[in-house]
Amino acid sequence: MKETKLCHSIEDAIRACGLRDGMTVDFNHHLRDGDYVIPMVMNAIGKLGIKDIKVFSAGIFNGMMNRGLTDLIHQGVITSTEVTGNSSILGGMISRGELPKVCRFHTHGGRARTIVEEDLHIDVCFVAAPTADCMGNCNGVEGPNAFGSIGYSMSSSRYADKTVVITDNLVPYPLQRTSIDESVVDYVVQVDAIGDPNGIATGIAKPTKDPLALIIAEYASKTIEFSGLLKDGFSYQAGAGGPSIATTRYLSEIMKRKKVHGSFILGGVTGTSVDLLEEGLFDTIMDVQCFDRKAAASLRDDPRHREISDACYAMRGGPNGNRSCAVDSLDVVVLGALEIDLDFNCNLVVNSSGLITGGAGGHTDTAEGSKMSMIVAPLRRTRYPTVVKKCTSITTPGKDVDVLITEYGISVNPKNQELALRLKDAGLKVVSIEELQALAESMTGIPDEVRFGDRLVAEVIGRNGEVIDRVYNILE
Amino acid sequence: MRIRRTLLWIPGNNPAMMANAPILRADTIGLDNEDAVQPGDKDAARILIRNYLESVRGKHPLELAVRINDVTTPYWKDDITCIAPAQPDAFIVPKVERPEDLYLVHELLTQVEKEHGLPENEIKLLPILETALGIENAFLIASTTTGRLDGIMMGGEDLVTSLGALRTREGREIDYARCRIVSAARACNLNPIDTVFPDVEDIEGMIADTKYSRQIGYSGRAVISPRHVTYANEVYSPSEKDILYAQEVLEAYEEGRRLGKGAVSLHGKMIDAPMIPRAQQVLEIAKMIRGGKL
Repeated sequence: MKETKLCHSIEDAIRACGLRDGMTVDFNHHLRDGDYVIPMVMNAIGKLGIKDIKVFSAGIFNGMMNRGLTDLIHQGVITSTEVTGNSSILGGMISRGELPKVCRFHTHGGRARTIVEEDLHIDVCFVAAPTADCMGNCNGVEGPNAFGSIGYSMSSSRYADKTVVITDNLVPYPLQRTSIDESVVDYVVQVDAIGDPNGIATGIAKPTKDPLALIIAEYASKTIEFSGLLKDGFSYQAGAGGPSIATTRYLSEIMKRKKVHGSFILGGVTGTSVDLLEEGLFDTIMDVQCFDRKAAASLRDDPRHREISDACYAMRGGPNGNRSCAVDSLDVVVLGALEIDLDFNCNLVVNSSGLITGGAGGHTDTAEGSKMSMIVAPLRRTRYPTVVKKCTSITTPGKDVDVLITEYGISVNPKNQELALRLKDAGLKVVSIEELQALAESMTGIPDEVRFGDRLVAEVIGRNGEVIDRVYNILE
Repeated sequence: MRIRRTLLWIPGNNPAMMANAPILRADTIGLDNEDAVQPGDKDAARILIRNYLESVRGKHPLELAVRINDVTTPYWKDDITCIAPAQPDAFIVPKVERPEDLYLVHELLTQVEKEHGLPENEIKLLPILETALGIENAFLIASTTTGRLDGIMMGGEDLVTSLGALRTREGREIDYARCRIVSAARACNLNPIDTVFPDVEDIEGMIADTKYSRQIGYSGRAVISPRHVTYANEVYSPSEKDILYAQEVLEAYEEGRRLGKGAVSLHGKMIDAPMIPRAQQVLEIAKMIRGGKL
């Protein structure tokens, strides 16, 4: 065998990659709140005196911020981020204008497109890998800190100038099961631990007992039942929130009762999705990211559970893009939203207080690609209405949203009259979105308008790279 | 007689739960200012309940009842004088032991109605029998002539304490009381409303207990969790099979009458007189449930 790609330390790998001021580094976020790799690498970059780095990551969570990223922003090591999602600490810093450069929010498919079409050039891609060999062959399903699919490093590792695999489970060459292979890897670093796999379930709801969420889920599952789409070959994706998971459980009962056999589940995969595969209700799972350890174990053990890349998941097909992607073959997707407005526009990025708190993830991709996109959301969250006249920020355009499900009724986008008729014929409680908005407002009152400054702090980017919305600094 | 398959307790000091009460599918909401509210919070809860009633009145078909404090406490009079002007459908009176307890409430309520120009006797009373003495006086209480009585409730948890019994999942310790209340209520043409099933997480146990409750004559029960509502509603509602059978019974009976037969049979079984009102009752309940009233 030729010499290995092993480096003694992360610092050595960074030096070997030639990283310098103003460059862009990429990460996956598969360990979510349990991730140690992003903080380890960024702290090492800081120690080497390198500044003005753009972090291009599928996601940044509070756990990572608390492990050093907050300080690195204050020190000028990190000056901007481009993510598909982030949690409240980074979001708050962006909203308050603490990052000197404009940050960007991509969809999952949009992020892959940005990489593949080189809208954004990645200088170094760091791959957190639960198992790897000395030449960089790696996977996400084996090792003590397995997180499952490694889909969000697949495009970036291929298109970055340099790729570094970081693992805590170095195995003899050649690794048998390979998700990212040595042909795209420059260096390998062994560390004590890449993270805590219990953190991958961060933000993922347990099976809900909330009676309102269960009502929403019941309405949502009946909407699917009577949509005309629930037949043999049905394909499905659901998010990881309480109502989405409960919808999936109710849907499984309907599928059993109606003897419907589905084709594939797509996602963002939870243990609940795995249950449906194991119950024989679907043929396969296409998995870009595991949301819990049960899903990760299923991907490792069940050949019907298949790993896919971010581009395969959601990068839009077309003359200049991918040949095709899975979301475009999807029948139904169940999604959440922070806000939804009278035009069915959805906000996933900025909360009602005006602070950046989330991200598009696959929302926009699946809403556009699927035959029926459903938003499941409570009418209000504490004292804030979810259904509003106008969203604080737009992430997914209303043209791609088919139906809103709340505990107070179902509202169908007027563009989809056929669906509205089907649901009314089935006796479901169909109401206009204007009625839901008025009801929400009657319960919460009209919240004070959020006051923004005139400094652009973030841009929300659509699937094709277009700027959907601009977010300005919040005035507190 | 009003259908009350489920009476869901909502703490009177919890505005978030109160706001969502109309969509939780219970036939009756029991806004509680008794056990769920600490003494220091009772005045605030009273005002909250009153304001809530004023804000939702007429907007929803469900029955809104308020549990006041019992007549031995210093709170019950304030409960009634504060809340009655907002016209709840009913006051639930806990720990009723003798008819006099109800007459006390009735008199104050009548006085408040007069002072505020409200129609007399429109606000109903639902006594809870939950002591050994209350159970023994069940028929006397059920036959009070206030004109306000609309049901009798069974209170299992306090009763167990009063009896010195041990509370079990099976509930044999309250069996006598449950049966006695059904009998007293039915004798006076009142709704018997069963006690709560106390374990929120034990859905299986709750369903089994509700089936038993239905079997011994209850038409509904109090519930402490919204998660119990759907299951209890289902048990107390006539099933498709019940409805079909009731229709067949009435058709067979009519056919027999048309042919001048004294007795008719259906599926090899005799149809006798008591079966006719029972079948009519099933269809009436089914009609009320399906007619969008519930």
